[in-house]
Amino acid sequence: MNPAEVNASSDAQISSEVMSDLPMAADHHHDEAGNSMFGFIVFLLSESVIFLSFFAGYIVYKTTALDWLPSGVTGLEIREPAINTVVLVSSSFVIYFAERFLHAKNLWGFRFFWLLTMAMGSYFLYGQAVEWRSLEFGFTDGVFGGSFYLLTGFHGLHVLTGILLQTLMLGRSFIPGNYDGGEFGVAATSLFWHFVDVIWIILFVLIYVWQ
Amino acid sequence: MAQAQLPMNPETVDNPSEHKAWKWYDYFTFNVDHKVIGIQYLVLSFVFYLIGGLMAVVMRSELSTPDPDVIDPTLYNALLTNHGTIMIFLWIVPAAIGGFGNYLIPLMIGARDMAFPKLNALAFWLNPPAGLLILGSFFFGGAQAGWTAYPPLSEITANTAQSMWILAIVLVGTSSILGSVNFLVTLIKMRVPSMKLVDMPLFCWSMVATSVLALASTPVLAAGLVLLLFDINFGTAFFKPDEGGNLIIYQHLFWFYSHPAVYLMILPIFGIMSEVVPVHARKPIFGYKAIAYSSLAICIVGLFVWVHHMFTSGTPPWMRLFFTVSTLIVAVPTGVKIFSWVATLWGGKIRFTSAMLFAVGLLSMFVFGGISGVTLGTAAFDVHVHDTYYVVAHFHYVLFGGSVFGIYAAFYHWFPKMTGRMMNEGLGKLHFILTFIGTNLTFLPMHELGLQGMPRRVAMYDPAFTFINQICTVGAYLLAISVVPFIINLLWSWKRGDVAGDNPWNALTLEWTTNSPPIIENWEVLPVLRHGPYEYGMNGQSSEGAIETPEDAPVA
Repeated sequence: MNPAEVNASSDAQISSEVMSDLPMAADHHHDEAGNSMFGFIVFLLSESVIFLSFFAGYIVYKTTALDWLPSGVTGLEIREPAINTVVLVSSSFVIYFAERFLHAKNLWGFRFFWLLTMAMGSYFLYGQAVEWRSLEFGFTDGVFGGSFYLLTGFHGLHVLTGILLQTLMLGRSFIPGNYDGGEFGVAATSLFWHFVDVIWIILFVLIYVWQ
Repeated sequence: MAQAQLPMNPETVDNPSEHKAWKWYDYFTFNVDHKVIGIQYLVLSFVFYLIGGLMAVVMRSELSTPDPDVIDPTLYNALLTNHGTIMIFLWIVPAAIGGFGNYLIPLMIGARDMAFPKLNALAFWLNPPAGLLILGSFFFGGAQAGWTAYPPLSEITANTAQSMWILAIVLVGTSSILGSVNFLVTLIKMRVPSMKLVDMPLFCWSMVATSVLALASTPVLAAGLVLLLFDINFGTAFFKPDEGGNLIIYQHLFWFYSHPAVYLMILPIFGIMSEVVPVHARKPIFGYKAIAYSSLAICIVGLFVWVHHMFTSGTPPWMRLFFTVSTLIVAVPTGVKIFSWVATLWGGKIRFTSAMLFAVGLLSMFVFGGISGVTLGTAAFDVHVHDTYYVVAHFHYVLFGGSVFGIYAAFYHWFPKMTGRMMNEGLGKLHFILTFIGTNLTFLPMHELGLQGMPRRVAMYDPAFTFINQICTVGAYLLAISVVPFIINLLWSWKRGDVAGDNPWNALTLEWTTNSPPIIENWEVLPVLRHGPYEYGMNGQSSEGAIETPEDAPVA
């Protein structure tokens, strides 16, 4: 409204570079990393709605079912999954330290803790695979079997995605100067990891604790 | 801007031929320009509109006689399923949100592109495979279960076609989520610095509401469809009552998305209305903030009305009461908008251009559909007409008389901006008259059919309904014919129409400050906001007056 608020690019000149740098040249007053982070958070919120729908469905199924557990199944063993949970939730703190080291420009510290996070995530997936193999019910054994494998599998897919993203970010840390100005990819991967952890905590309570 | 600068030569600014322009083949590539993507959405969705319309014509031909004698009833089921699916997911949603949303938002807020151009292109390119899956499903019998795909019907009929249908919907759903992330970030973060949120054109407000709604509801549909896909293909029991499954959960998951989907299809149209009406009535919009905030109100309340589709699904009485009340509450923000547009028209210097005719047509048709919607939202009435033609009549008034009229209005209004040429007004008026008569002839008698008890989604019916059905069929043929002048108009005007200039309507929103068609990065020099979007006849603006162009802005 106010002519005094004229933005920097609207002085009566055109940029030759903008025209030659098509089609991606944006005006530089826009904070692209900030946009990406905002977009990523919005995306994660939307993603969490899928989990919320599955959780809501699970609760309704469990509270209305006549025979919840398939015949011959007495319940889920909680000890190993509990250890798994501790490992995964701790990794959220580890990845936080990795980020702190990156902020402090300590690349090797970053890499160490980042790799530790990946190892903990991989241990979680390994533990889940062991559990899956030990179970005496399958994907098609009633709604219980279906929702157990669907929920843990869908979550596991997210853990795997997180590890792949972490591998990518680890690789990119070896490009000299790449993370000098802070890195959206690292921050987003880290946020994604926290998200996956929170989902797991809810999932663990719903499936293992509430039996 | 730290780059090398060239002094501006005003003559090059005024001459679009000096600029790099997109060639025809750019429109078939993974192009990241929001304008190209917008046109891609519009063209693709219009093609699917014609395909879906053809399906409707075949169905109405079948219904011209009580017996299922024109086509096989199985094909009829496939047609009704995919007519609904195509019209919703491959026409109205991609045209209104993807097409006009992508084309207009950056232009309206003074941005050079969307926040995430590549993501934008990706979102578009998820649509053609979805369309091919839908069309391809006809080789496998076509999905039979209606666009709602309720189990058990969807699990026991045409498994391959139903799976293809699910994959198609998951693709367009993903496209919708990616697109909405993009819209939201663009609208919040990419406005020219001189534009505050309350300076945005109302189309932008409606797209904020649309995006939030899509982000909150689409994942729920994805969840429901994934469960359905597993049930059909991998032997799970989520929706199989004989194995402990629960059918009602599917209906909840489906309608938690699909009721808001109705608002996804109408909120952008409300935005289009709020642009078209003041420009062609030469008056400031009445109640800017009321319209802006009522979009958000619709978005929020719209998330809590879905069970009104399930009044006959064994829903307990307290739920019927709750969702009746919440449904009727949605009518309030919608009514706010209707009254605001009427008040905008009141005393305006109305120009009955084709765009305005469709906007006014929309107003009357949508009010009609809205009133039948209020009756249907009342559980006590709904249980009597559930799954009858009354429902079909209602949602066609809202979706055809509302959404499609709005898309037509938008075509007539922004075609000059997109192509640099005006559409032919004579053909436009012919198009409007045929469409308006055809719509009412087709859908008005359906109310009566429904009240008399004719069920929807069947290829044969009681001979007592024959006469009214034949009226509907004639109306449908008229609607099919009504598209012809529009297509001729599009193609002819695109090549031969009168040259439009930058601002043929003397409109005040920012998209009219650049060339028609806009140059690749929209502006040589980003425009400066010096007045609100609807200040016709205010602050020294003549109601016929021209907009201030960037050249008028003080130069540094």
